[in-house]
Amino acid sequence: MTWNEWIPLIIVCSSLVPGIIIFFLHEEAHRTRTILNLAGALLKLVLVGLVYLGFRTGEVYKFQFQIMVDLEFMLRVDALALLFAGLSSALWLVTTIYAIGYFEGSSNRRRFFGFFSVCVTASTGIALSGNLVTFFVFYEFLTLATYPLVVHSGTLKAVEAGRNYLFYTIGGGTVLFIGVVGLTVLAGPIDFSQGAQLSGLLENSAFELKLLFYVMLVGLAVKAAIFPLHGWLPIAMVAPAPVSALLHAVAVVKAGAFGIIRLVYDVYGINLAVELNVLWPLAILGAFTIIYGSVRAIFQDDLKKRLAFSTVSQLSYIALGAAVPGMISSTGAIVHLVHQGLMKITLFFCAGNIAETTGLHKVSELNGIGRRLPLTMGAFTVGALGMIGLPPIAGFVSKWYLSVGALDAGQPWIVAVLLGSSALNAIYFLPIIHAAWFKQPPAEGWRDLRPKRRFEAPWMLLFPPLVTALFSITSGLFAAMSWSPLSLARVIVERVYFLQ
Amino acid sequence: MSALWQADNLPVWLVVWPTFGAIVLFLLPARWRGMTGVSFALANGVLALVTVFFVMEVGVLRQEIGGWAPPLGIALALDGLSALFILMTAVVGGVVSVYAKIYFTQVVVDSARSSLFWPLWLFLWAGLHGLYLANDLFNLYVVIEVIGIAAVALAVLSGKTRAMIAGLRYLIAAVAGSLAYLMGVALLYGSTGVLDIDLMAERLEPGLTTRVAIALMLGGLLVKTAVFPLHFWLPPAHSSAEPPVSAILSALVLKGTFFVILRLWTELFGVSLTFMAGQMVGVLGACAVVWGSFQALRQERLKLVVAHSSVAQIGYLFLLFPLITVPATAVAGGFEWAPLAWSGAVYQVLAHGFAKAAFFLAIGVLVMATGNDHKASMLNMVGRLPMTTFAIGLAGVSLIGLPPSGGFLAKWMLLSAIISSGQWWWVPFVLVGSLMTAGYVFMILRLAFAPSQHEAELKSVPRGLQVCALLLAVGAILIAFPAEWVIDLLEGTSTFGEVVRAGAPVNSGEVGP
Repeated sequence: MTWNEWIPLIIVCSSLVPGIIIFFLHEEAHRTRTILNLAGALLKLVLVGLVYLGFRTGEVYKFQFQIMVDLEFMLRVDALALLFAGLSSALWLVTTIYAIGYFEGSSNRRRFFGFFSVCVTASTGIALSGNLVTFFVFYEFLTLATYPLVVHSGTLKAVEAGRNYLFYTIGGGTVLFIGVVGLTVLAGPIDFSQGAQLSGLLENSAFELKLLFYVMLVGLAVKAAIFPLHGWLPIAMVAPAPVSALLHAVAVVKAGAFGIIRLVYDVYGINLAVELNVLWPLAILGAFTIIYGSVRAIFQDDLKKRLAFSTVSQLSYIALGAAVPGMISSTGAIVHLVHQGLMKITLFFCAGNIAETTGLHKVSELNGIGRRLPLTMGAFTVGALGMIGLPPIAGFVSKWYLSVGALDAGQPWIVAVLLGSSALNAIYFLPIIHAAWFKQPPAEGWRDLRPKRRFEAPWMLLFPPLVTALFSITSGLFAAMSWSPLSLARVIVERVYFLQ
Repeated sequence: MSALWQADNLPVWLVVWPTFGAIVLFLLPARWRGMTGVSFALANGVLALVTVFFVMEVGVLRQEIGGWAPPLGIALALDGLSALFILMTAVVGGVVSVYAKIYFTQVVVDSARSSLFWPLWLFLWAGLHGLYLANDLFNLYVVIEVIGIAAVALAVLSGKTRAMIAGLRYLIAAVAGSLAYLMGVALLYGSTGVLDIDLMAERLEPGLTTRVAIALMLGGLLVKTAVFPLHFWLPPAHSSAEPPVSAILSALVLKGTFFVILRLWTELFGVSLTFMAGQMVGVLGACAVVWGSFQALRQERLKLVVAHSSVAQIGYLFLLFPLITVPATAVAGGFEWAPLAWSGAVYQVLAHGFAKAAFFLAIGVLVMATGNDHKASMLNMVGRLPMTTFAIGLAGVSLIGLPPSGGFLAKWMLLSAIISSGQWWWVPFVLVGSLMTAGYVFMILRLAFAPSQHEAELKSVPRGLQVCALLLAVGAILIAFPAEWVIDLLEGTSTFGEVVRAGAPVNSGEVGP
């Protein structure tokens, strides 16, 4: 075993080990826990960075462990894995800082941070999975790890939301399971190899291939919150703010979207998927979900619920982009994985700050909040405008690539969907921004709720959204740079289309 | 005397040592039994390790006792399958013994009564070893009886009315089961004149007598394994026993008779089995999966949930038989799923053994802390008994079959085998079973996170008990990793190697039992 073989495993374990240690620490051992958490998060980020540098010079990072015949545990670094692992590890660090501030003084912190770390382990594992089985293992592991976070507050409402969450995700996992087993029986163990293993089966087993594609798609669509399987997401909003931020930007929903990308590009391969003609249902459902989620978001008065429906809508950009064959569209889909993550986590951090410092949860109560929380609302504005697709924020880049890709593929109706969605985004985001900055604050109310802090939220809550908002701008503004998410997405797509 | 120390005598030692332990424990005064019992259990563990190493090095061992070859003498056979079961018994039994030691010194007042646990448990252990090693139908009958009687006695150890009633039912079922088995054996003995399994397999001819005999033996064993619809005795018996006893009954005793069915089905019944016979057993298993899970979902008391869950989990084991019993014509193109089905079922045995024992031990902790096992006693446990809640969670993960766990591997292998055998009609049962299992596991876990209205003070529970439950639960997860080693070991098994691998295990056209 060389160093390069161990690195992927160390990246995954850099959050698992602190997580396990945290369970054995005393509840009051705050300082040790914080140090462990931050050390793990930093280590993970540094390792991912090192691997990125090595990967660019052609190093191969691969860890394998044969569990039994046809069942291999494999972690491998490729460009797509790096993109998602980078996103998870960067946002984990930021969210950890946020969570430490958010939970200051509350109980059951040991449990929260323990499961939080385990959750990130699952998410990194999903990123680095080198074959379908490993992906499935971590995909299910994620379900288990997030459940205690969803029900963390222990209220009846949270427990009910947890039940709902499990109902969807365990169901989806079971469907995915049968798909994975079926495909393995049909074609042997499935590596992520752009469909090289499956294309030989096209002549004899086209029906089985199609069926299994749809089965797995349904399993993944649950976590990716594609209509009509999105129901768990808005309900899961009862979770604490750092969890919502993590669930909605990185861990759970992205696992689904990432899985769909892996399924289309790496399991079946884009050529086989086009030949089997299996992508159009995904395109139609994705397009419908984009509009549906936005329309539902307009009518939510609860800020987190509005953001949740917005997530439902935005995630389907990824599914839609993956469903349209063509390099430009694929680039849009993959880069939106990162862009949506950055912008949405900013919005959820801000929503958490508003609730923490002023106790407000409703959109209709936010008049003049910009005066109380100017920096928070500044970050919120960046995120919201990015979601609408305003240049130079990251969201613009995604939408541009998706639209051009749709035209390139001869499917102009998608452009109409994207434009409609932007308009709807504006309808539900702009009133918040307007109210926050330009309306008069209520005569009495939030201004007196927390008199001790006269200006803004504590720095641990304020710093994370500012950083992610900054990233949202820079990854849009400097999209042409060689280190930007867009450039990495292009590398991935070139490999998908040319290096078969 | 020196001959006894030779490695060839290992099978004899495996039976003699726990029997000796049982007698010593019976003679000792009550207050010394706990410590001595644990020592004997640990010694059993060492013996099991030696056995496994031996089988890995040497392979199948057949020993003719006293040098008398069958049909005159009796033979013991030790192969990969027996070694694996012996190892599982040692690990699960060892942890349960430590738990029992702590539990009975802490909880039970009447020590004269509760200390009877130790001799009975060691007798049971000796019986199980005999069962794994017996190569002779009559010996099998004897050890099945020993196990049955010891198990019933253990089940009524607490002396509570509920346990006594359940124990009586258990006794009736056990005796009826062994009598049916014995009648079948008598018929086969009458027609072949031998009892040794290998010799009988050579002489057995298909025919009415054989079919009736197989039906009787199988029926008797199915009762004792609590296969739907013959499972009526299991939930009350398992749920009313003391926690360590429940763990032993569900993790080990049920698996004993499954072991016998597996052995006889593949090594002896082969010639007379038909496709339909396999399918019928499979249907019973599938019904057990659905019915057991459904009943588990409806229970109000935790021990009953777990007991009904055993009915369902045992059901999965019986999906093996339709997969390895197919017409010769159907396997012309290869029979490659048989080893997979085989190791899948064995993995299900291991995973259920660990997970279910952990579950019962954890609920024992809960009962000690709260005084009852109603579902509501789980409320808000995640904060108050985190280690036990975690143990229940891990055991539940394995029962559901979520990765990474032994249960996951078992489901993976069974499902792969089902799909590649083309018997796709079993797929929905496996999936629905998983979903329903998730239903009752999370029904319990959900409560652990929910707030409770009026919280009674918890009685303190020794940490050792919680650790034992957690150890077994972690075991249910960890057994996923040495899968390749386990399958290698199984390949040394005579059945696995010859009958299953070669294909064409049944004589098509015959009408089965």
